[in-house]
Amino acid sequence: MAELPAPIEALIAAHGPSLAFAPPGGFGARAAVDRKVETHCCFCGQQCGVKLLVKDERVVGVEPWEEFPFNQGKLCPKGVKRYLQSNHPDRLLHPLVRTGRGFARIPWDEALDLVAERFERLQRRWGCDAVAVLSGASLTNEKAYLMGKFARLALGTRHIDYNGRLCMVAAGAANLKAFGVDRAANPWSDIAATDLVMVLGANVSECSPITTDYIWRARDRGARLIVVDPRLTPIARTSDLYLPVRPGRDSLLVNAILHAVVRLGGVDHEFVERHTTGFDDVRRAIEGCAPEAVEREVGIPAARIVEAAEMWVQAPRTMLLHARGIEHHTKGVENVLACINLVLATGKIGKPGCGYATITGQGNGQGAREHGQRCNQLPGARDVENPEHRAHVARLWGVPEERIPRKGATAPEIVEMLHRREVRGLLSLCFNPLVSLPDERFTREALERADFFVAIDFFLSETARHADLVLPGSLHEEDEGTATTVEGRVVRIRKAVEPPGEARPDWRIVCDIAERLGVGDLFAFSGPRAIFEELRRLSAGSRADYSGISWERIEREKGVFWPCPNADHPGTPRLFEGGRFAHEDGRARFHAIEYRPPAETVDEEYPILLTTGRIVSQFLSGSQTRRIGPLVAHQPEPRVEMHPRLAAKLGVADGDEVRVASRRGHVDLRAHVVSTIRPDTVFIPYHWPGRLSANRLTQRAYDPIAGIPEFKVAAVRIERLARDAAAEAADERGAA
Amino acid sequence: MILELFVDANRCIGCRACEEACSECPGHGGESMIHLDFVERSTSVQTAPTVCMHCADPACVAVCPADAIKIDDEGVVLTAMAERCIGCGNCALACPFGVPKVHPGIELMRKCDLCYDRTSVGLRPMCATVCPSGALFYGTRAEVEDRRRARPTNEVAFGDARVRTRNHFMVPAESDVLAAWDDGAVTPRAGDAGPGATRSRAERQLEEALC
Repeated sequence: MAELPAPIEALIAAHGPSLAFAPPGGFGARAAVDRKVETHCCFCGQQCGVKLLVKDERVVGVEPWEEFPFNQGKLCPKGVKRYLQSNHPDRLLHPLVRTGRGFARIPWDEALDLVAERFERLQRRWGCDAVAVLSGASLTNEKAYLMGKFARLALGTRHIDYNGRLCMVAAGAANLKAFGVDRAANPWSDIAATDLVMVLGANVSECSPITTDYIWRARDRGARLIVVDPRLTPIARTSDLYLPVRPGRDSLLVNAILHAVVRLGGVDHEFVERHTTGFDDVRRAIEGCAPEAVEREVGIPAARIVEAAEMWVQAPRTMLLHARGIEHHTKGVENVLACINLVLATGKIGKPGCGYATITGQGNGQGAREHGQRCNQLPGARDVENPEHRAHVARLWGVPEERIPRKGATAPEIVEMLHRREVRGLLSLCFNPLVSLPDERFTREALERADFFVAIDFFLSETARHADLVLPGSLHEEDEGTATTVEGRVVRIRKAVEPPGEARPDWRIVCDIAERLGVGDLFAFSGPRAIFEELRRLSAGSRADYSGISWERIEREKGVFWPCPNADHPGTPRLFEGGRFAHEDGRARFHAIEYRPPAETVDEEYPILLTTGRIVSQFLSGSQTRRIGPLVAHQPEPRVEMHPRLAAKLGVADGDEVRVASRRGHVDLRAHVVSTIRPDTVFIPYHWPGRLSANRLTQRAYDPIAGIPEFKVAAVRIERLARDAAAEAADERGAA
Repeated sequence: MILELFVDANRCIGCRACEEACSECPGHGGESMIHLDFVERSTSVQTAPTVCMHCADPACVAVCPADAIKIDDEGVVLTAMAERCIGCGNCALACPFGVPKVHPGIELMRKCDLCYDRTSVGLRPMCATVCPSGALFYGTRAEVEDRRRARPTNEVAFGDARVRTRNHFMVPAESDVLAAWDDGAVTPRAGDAGPGATRSRAERQLEEALC
């Protein structure tokens, strides 16, 4: 059983989160550094170039890397302070095994033997699929590849999935359906060269701050900006047209815009005829979506919807960008497909300054979804159920095809299976589901039911506290590899320092476990470069073809865009030029989207819409950024953002303690009363655990195709806490 | 040659990368010499970074009883000389932009010196290097006029008093001078009738939301 091995206060005292404010030896001690290492930020899919400053084999600071073309030295506060995760007092330095009173040190050999012995025992009794692997999208391409191969060939389980399931899968599935390939269609330089940017559900300024500059460069040339978001975000503040959509109505809004586009005669019939299929179905599906007919439901006056259509039709070149705001839904795939319908119907793709992209969120959000650590995928973004794909991968792995397990469960399904005790053993790397999955109490119960849980981590995350065995892995700056950015540009992650103490590179730990499981021959890698060489070979001929990319080329060219099928190929910054799509017939597919409501709607008992998201100073589950003092100081705890009209109705003033309750649970937070959000909607950022967790309120409702949870819509009620209860809530938060 | 900073609050996204980068500069010891304000958060997400504007005739220099604040040959107003500064705080009171601060603990004035260590050797200031939105831009007036629609101005009106500065604010194309508001803020805001008097287009569009 994996309940907490000690009181939570004792675990926090021993392993944090505690806050780091200064480099080792203080700011004065880094006058003359030994070297500057050109690498990338680990926080978010923009993958900004940075230089890490190294002195006495420790990372002591950061400097802008102005020569890296994507960000040219620009950074957000996370990029500036990322170096403070190094030399952190909370860093895991030794393998730890759970005891009756907490965690105790254990030698590496014993730890690795224990993993193999316990997993083998569980699998003998309950079958191979009783052990599951949860992996992450902030891992390098090499590690993402290794995790997929490890789960399938070393553990022989079908159940491996990653936390990109909470991030990019809706956009990925929709892109695959519509275009036949899952990657941003345009390089970011096309944003600066466009005439109209339409941003849907992307808090660009806080979640991908560097993209702000690309949008302003377009506006400097006269481009206009439309922003669709229930909150008036910093990028929305100066927009030419702001559409404050009601949470959960995105596909209906985009259908209505397309309806108005059709009415305005804005369809590019030649493009539709020559390069697509299925438009007639879409035209029928949007018949009932006239702006005047749907304005109440989407929450925006029809005139504004028509205005968006007019701007879209008038602009010669457009760039449509979206992110989790429209993707974290039970109809995430449908929302994305509705956007793609608009782009295709007007032929606005595959040209300089003209196209489409999803803004990938996680550290290696693009690359980590291509190399076979998803439950339905083999390396090269291949389909695990496709007989040809299976045979191809099996041949290159040197194993019989039947040895590759079939499609497994998604990450949230794996947690459900743990809860039902259909999965008994768990290995996790780079995933903190206790903070990041919906319905926090359910996730906690599931973790408590694991028979044997091993976590590879650099800090003892909230999830790793529940582990039976914790193996100290490597930080981003402690290992080599590559990552693939939001643009599809493959970049080099360079090692700045060695892992401290007894910590080891993640790839080494995984290969050592594989050896103990008797398959060392399949995992005889000398290092990340050898893994990349195998990954590259396997990707040849696939949708995500890396075969022409080498580490040397990446370094020389400051990144190479896939697909890149041979060493002489220049790489492919822009997809779909000349209207050629990746489906076999070269045509893009329209998908008729019939609007359906979100999984939960408001009612008398729970009358307020809740939406969740990020803030600029924190990254995802906060395992790293909640340990960096200057970032925590920006906003030490979450607040519930609400409009003054709603606050007045509830009798709540700015700063009051309120209880936000859903059908799943409740949190007590301070109110932040601001008129920059829809009056029927409240917002809570999701980076915090336990009593501060927005995911105590969210629900286990998933997109039927992609399995992404509906983080962006839940029904809640809010009450102001009486003074005594408020003081108690504040104390409890302080303790948490 | 040390170039000029151009501050465009309209582009500012409030991320505080400028403050964090400033705190990383050699000699700053983890402290930022510049600051970011949320102008009126209850009604707007407008934020504004404040760097030293390096006045042509700096009030801080004029009121310093210890003659501790020097202006270099290129017009950069340097931070107070530690050996002369008496920590009296006159400069902090006199500065119309609220830039110099007497730092507790050391009881000395420290302020933004246009990243003198960096800019004097041809590097860009840390704040303007990292700023992800271009709200802080370091370069020449010709460059900024070529690239941007907003116009640079280096004259700020505080009532009848005009202050000319080495650095620039970016203002909408139709304005020449940046007016300071009654509450002392000098950031450009939506409309021209003062704080809160008008809302931006997007703020009005949010008011139209059907709930």
